Amino acid sequence: MNMTLRALLGATALLTLAGVATAETTITVATVNNGDMIRMQGLMDDFYAKYPDIKVEWVTLEENVLRQKVTTDIATKGGQFDVLTIGTYEVPIWGKAGWLVGLNDLPEAWDKADLLPAIAGGLTVDGELYAAPFYGESSMVMYRKDLMDAAGLTMPDAPTWADIKTAAAAMTDKSKEQYGICLRGKAGWGENMAFLTAMSNSFGAKWFDENWNPQFDQQPWKDTLSFYLDLMNEYGPPGASNNGFNENLALMQQGHCGMWIDATVAASFVTGKDSTVADKMAFALAPDNGLGKRGNWLWAWSLAIPAGSAKVDAAKAFVAWATSKEYTELVASKEGWANVPPGTRTSLYANAEYQKVPFAKMTLDSINSADPTKPTVDAVPYTGVQFVAIPEFQGFATAVGQQFSAALAGTTSLDDALAAAQELTKTEMTKAGYIK
Amino acid sequence: MARKTTQTRKAVVTTIAWIIGFLIFFPILWTILMSFKSEGDAIKAPLAMLSTPWTLESYGEVQARSNYLRFFMNSVIISLGSTILALVIAIPAAWSMAFVPGKRTKDLLMWMLSTKMMPAVGVLVPMYLMFRDFGLLDTRTGLVVILTLINLPIVVWMLYTYFKEIPGEILEAARMDGASLRSEILYVLTPMAVPGIASTMLLNIILAWNEAFWTLQLTTSDAAPLTQFIASYSSPEGLFYAKLSAASTMAIAPILILGWFSQKQLVRGLTFGAVK
Repeated sequence: MNMTLRALLGATALLTLAGVATAETTITVATVNNGDMIRMQGLMDDFYAKYPDIKVEWVTLEENVLRQKVTTDIATKGGQFDVLTIGTYEVPIWGKAGWLVGLNDLPEAWDKADLLPAIAGGLTVDGELYAAPFYGESSMVMYRKDLMDAAGLTMPDAPTWADIKTAAAAMTDKSKEQYGICLRGKAGWGENMAFLTAMSNSFGAKWFDENWNPQFDQQPWKDTLSFYLDLMNEYGPPGASNNGFNENLALMQQGHCGMWIDATVAASFVTGKDSTVADKMAFALAPDNGLGKRGNWLWAWSLAIPAGSAKVDAAKAFVAWATSKEYTELVASKEGWANVPPGTRTSLYANAEYQKVPFAKMTLDSINSADPTKPTVDAVPYTGVQFVAIPEFQGFATAVGQQFSAALAGTTSLDDALAAAQELTKTEMTKAGYIK
Repeated sequence: MARKTTQTRKAVVTTIAWIIGFLIFFPILWTILMSFKSEGDAIKAPLAMLSTPWTLESYGEVQARSNYLRFFMNSVIISLGSTILALVIAIPAAWSMAFVPGKRTKDLLMWMLSTKMMPAVGVLVPMYLMFRDFGLLDTRTGLVVILTLINLPIVVWMLYTYFKEIPGEILEAARMDGASLRSEILYVLTPMAVPGIASTMLLNIILAWNEAFWTLQLTTSDAAPLTQFIASYSSPEGLFYAKLSAASTMAIAPILILGWFSQKQLVRGLTFGAVK
């Protein structure tokens, strides 16, 4: 009897162990719909070969839908996701709120020291890395070299805003629907305000002084907006107040823009197979005004683990794999170096093969020239280059963006738009307790 | 002369109706046309786009990337489930309001309708917390419940309007013949109100199929319907118009076909009682 009982117990223990050994952990990854993320979904066999007991369930959504959804989930500890794709705006806020799992303990081979300092800085709160960068981007000037040559002009590698205006004037020929410059005009904190905030940094403007008082009533903001409106009204395409990234991309690809200042990630699109001007494109740093700051932004789509996840170990294994140097090499081996997620690691830019990619150096220089901890000419109480890393920013920046978009559309004046921006920002900051 | 004027007027009205109809249908038509273009061609100027080659490339990519059938089945289950549940609740409710009205029936009806006036996002967090605590996040049961609640006021209102058109004397006669309440509703009222119930059902299926706030907020993968399938093909940075159009066409095709075959019932039901 004893023998039978022992045998049964032994068998049960073995079965339990076997069950544990083969138990599959499913993690849910929330991600944005961009080329790099979709590519990763096609390369999961490599991950499954390394981690056969982890299954990944993808939830791909449009950026704004995703942002609203993951914010609700993380704020209510809903626990629907184990890995989130979030940007440099969310990471400092959510990290400080204790909503994210720290990633300082990722394996040594993952090589945290290899991350580009500007990118790592934007994802770190009080010395703790809260998200692993998947791809990083800045903004830069993408221009038609053929049109510049025809106008007898040369674009400097590091142009000033005056250079941009001269080039825009020379390349504009409205009779051929050819416009010297295309810039974002569509209202939104991530649309026109991303561009205008970065641009304002190079004009010496800032959102707030050190006591959180809005600064739209100061001369640098007036200079910024006035320059932007003149440039777009004189040399921009019609209906520019409705143009965001995609609309400008379409205009550039069809040869309607002489210049476009936007995300570095666009370089691969304007030189890609769908572009009619792919072989005519050249790149330069975002412009400055000689004040020590360029008008470029800094953004990184990064992978983070919500504090409510019950599968932190599996999630960390996935994050480490997806943001590793080995993953970069995997993409290069399957799809070529031009398709590797850019802007996160120093080693990528030291790679001789990657250096051959036409926009690689300009992307690196652009990222390195942005400093999220010191975004403006003067000292400010906030971090973030094209945003202010406080939770209230999304709301009032979109409202300010609507004012500036209206000024571009001609339905309000420059002065009225600035006055309205000042007033509404002041009201929101007072309500939120920043202004006593 | 009078006849000529009437015919001219008829022709003008018909032309205007066709133009309005075409304008309403145009976005859907354009979506379908764009879905048969490559990404590069889809962003071209409208006239230039039409002259470019037609391709099934986007449909191929969408099929390769997403499990359409899973999203489709979720949409079917959620919209049918919520419609049936709503009818089960609304038929007795509308019966009592139409045939045994109380002092506050009109107020109650107005209150029910007023719940539709609040923006959904206003109750997102409390609703999310309830779903989390009841374990309903990312479940089809959860979505059936929420869509039933959302559409219930409209279903009750529509059925109430149809039931009001039915003479109460017929139900009275059934009662005098000894019919129970259940038999009265099931065997007398329901058969007479079939056109109204059918159009209410169809409208509710369409509303549930297209609902894109709660279905996006409360699901991730297991219960995600076609609204999430569409949302996964939009992006603020990148070329996606052709793929988004292909995904949208695949998502709306079933409901378009359903609408096409049931248009007679829909129109009959929606105009029921409109002209006396």
